[in-house]
Amino acid sequence: MAVDTAALNEQTDIQRDITEMVRQFADEQIIPNAEHYDHEDSFPEPIVEQMKELGLFGVTIPEEYGGMGLDLTTYAMIVEELSRGWISISGVVNTHFIGSYLLMKFGTDEQRDHFLPRMATGEIRAAFSLSEPEVGSDVQGIKSTAKKGEDGKWELNGQKMWVTNGLGSGIVFVLMKTDPKADPPYKGMTCFITEKEPWKEVNEGDYAGLTIPPKIKKMGYKGVESTELLYDGYRCPPERVLGGEEEGVGRGFAQMMDALEVGRVNVAARGVGIAQRALELALRYSQERKTFGKPIAQHQAIQFKLADMATKVEAARLLTRKAARLKDAGERSDLEAGMAKLFASETGKECVEESFRIHGGYGYSKEYEIERLYRDAPLLLIGEGTSEIQRMVIGKKLLQRHKI
Amino acid sequence: MKICVLVKEVPDAAVQKRIDPDTMRLDRSGEKNLNPFDTHAIETALQIKEGGAIPVEEVVAVTMGPDSAVRALHKAVALGADRSVHLSDDALVGSDVCATGYALAKVLEPESPDLVLLGQQSDDGECYTIGAVVADHLKMPSLTQVVKLDVADGKLRCERQAEYGYDTVEVELPAVISVGDAINEPRYPSLKAIMGAKKKPLDAKATADAGIDSGMVGEPGSKTAVLALNPPPAKQAGEIIEDEDTNETVEKIVAWLDERKLL
Repeated sequence: MAVDTAALNEQTDIQRDITEMVRQFADEQIIPNAEHYDHEDSFPEPIVEQMKELGLFGVTIPEEYGGMGLDLTTYAMIVEELSRGWISISGVVNTHFIGSYLLMKFGTDEQRDHFLPRMATGEIRAAFSLSEPEVGSDVQGIKSTAKKGEDGKWELNGQKMWVTNGLGSGIVFVLMKTDPKADPPYKGMTCFITEKEPWKEVNEGDYAGLTIPPKIKKMGYKGVESTELLYDGYRCPPERVLGGEEEGVGRGFAQMMDALEVGRVNVAARGVGIAQRALELALRYSQERKTFGKPIAQHQAIQFKLADMATKVEAARLLTRKAARLKDAGERSDLEAGMAKLFASETGKECVEESFRIHGGYGYSKEYEIERLYRDAPLLLIGEGTSEIQRMVIGKKLLQRHKI
Repeated sequence: MKICVLVKEVPDAAVQKRIDPDTMRLDRSGEKNLNPFDTHAIETALQIKEGGAIPVEEVVAVTMGPDSAVRALHKAVALGADRSVHLSDDALVGSDVCATGYALAKVLEPESPDLVLLGQQSDDGECYTIGAVVADHLKMPSLTQVVKLDVADGKLRCERQAEYGYDTVEVELPAVISVGDAINEPRYPSLKAIMGAKKKPLDAKATADAGIDSGMVGEPGSKTAVLALNPPPAKQAGEIIEDEDTNETVEKIVAWLDERKLL
C-alpha cells in the first residue's frame, strides 16, 4: 500500500526537488573529491564553478536582483546537504549568504543595485569579519578603527582575524570602531563594505591599504581559506558605509548581531549535515565490519550508539528547521536560533566522534572519510559564537522572556 | 525536428525493493525518482538541441504512470525538456511491457516525433524492451543500448554497445533509440530550472484522450501473467584450497579447472 509521506517530511515539492538535486550534487561531485582538496588544502574551484551555474550563490537574493528569492528554511536545507558532502563547501557559500543578508536588510538602494546582481551569480563573493587577534566572543572589545578624513572618505586601520574566504572574496563586510568614546562601546561601531581584488594578497589603487597575509593553517575545514586582514590606511568611500552614513554610522554592531542570528541557523544546518554524514558512514561500516563472528552492528553496544546518533540528528534537524521557520514567519527567533546552533553543532561533534569510535583503527586512517569529519566538526563548536556563548545567550533570553 | 523522451517514475535507488506477494507486482511505495537511465536520454536530447547540427524545435517528455509520476515529469522539464505529457488512467494498471509500449505509442502518434529517446532500462522492471515495442507500433526503426549518437544529414550515426566492442549503425529518422548510461554525463537542474518546472506546459491524458483501446491495456490487455515468484537459488559455497605446498596447490587448481573443462 503506497503511503504519501510528503506531509510528514515537512518539505514543499520545490524544497524536495531542490534538496534532491543538491544531495545528488554532493554525492557525485563533493564527496568523491573532498579528500583530494582536504589533503592538499586547496580551493575546490571546479566544484565552486558548478555551484555558480546551479544558482547556489543566489539562493536568498531576491529575484529582481537575479537571485532565487528563497527563504531561510530552504537555504538551511541546501546548507545541510552541502555540509553533508563537506563543510568547507558550505563555508564558501555561508559568508556570502551573510553578506547578502546584510545588504538586503540594511543596504541602501544603490548598494543593493551595485552588488546583489553580481553576488547572485557568484561573480563576486562576500566575506564578513568581526573577530580580531585578541577579540572573538566579546565583539564590543574590537580595536580596529575607521576615521573620517577631510575628503569625506573613511580611513580604516586595524587587524582582523579568522576571515573565511578572506582571500578569494571581492567584498568584506567589516566591523570598525568609529567612535572610541561611545558608551556603551557598541554604539560607536560601524559596518563598512570594503571592496578588494579577489585572490590578491596586496591590494593596490582604490583598494590600497588592505593586505591579506598567508592563510592560517588549520586542523580541519581545509580548502576554504581563513585569513587575517590588515587594514592600514585603507580608504573607504562614504557610500560604502552599510546603510549609508546617515543610517549606518554607529549601527554596525546591531546590524552584525542581526546577521549572526541567521548565521546561527546556518551553522546549525551545517551541524545537522555533518552529523547526518557521520551517521551514514557508521551505518555502513558497522554492517560491513565483523567482530566475534558477526557484523558489529549486531552488537548491542554499537546499536545503542547508532540509536543515539540517529535520534540526535533528527532532533537537531527539527530544531534547526523550527528556528528557520520562525525567522521566515517574521517571528522572534533569537532563542531558537541559539538553541539550534548549540544543539546541532554539539550533535555534529558527538556523532562524528561516535562514528569514529565505530570505525575503530580505520577511523584513525586518512583513507577513511570519518577522519576528515573528525577534524572538520570542531569548527562548528567555535564559529558564529562558541557553545559557551550560545548558552549565555540562551540563558539570558530565557530569563528575559520569563521574568517574574 | 521534434524529440520525444520517454521517462518513468521508479522507486528511489536507496529504497529496498520488494515484490508484493498479493499482487505479484513491485511494491512501489516510498521515495520515488526519475529513472536514472532516462536522465541520460534527456541529456542526449538536450545535447542534440544545443549542438546545433540540426534545429530542434521541441523536446517533449512523455510518461505513463500514476498521479505521483508528475514529479518525474517536473524533473524532466527542470533538466531542460520544453513540455510534458502525462498518460494516466486506472485502466492502465497492471499493463505488461507490450501493453505499455502500445499505450505509449498511441500517445506519441499525434506528436509525430522525429526522434524518440529513452533510457535502455528502468531501475525497477529492467526489461530493456519497451523501446522496441514502441518502435514496432510506430513502424520506426529501433536501436537499443546506444552509447554514442551523432546527427548528420538527417540520419543518426550510433554506436551500440555489443558484447565485444561496439556496433556502428546508421539509422534513418524517425527512429526510437534507447541509450545506455555511458552516453553522457547528465547535467544537474539549476535552482532556477527547478523553480520554473511547474510553469512549463503539462498535458494530462486519459486512455480515451489518446485513443487507446482499453481492451489492449491493463491486466486484461496484457499477454503475460506472473504465475509465481521464487528467489534465485542460493549460491553454493565454493571450495577452498589451502596453500600448504604451492606446487601441489597449482596442481589442484589446474585439476579443478580441467574437470570443468575450463582449460
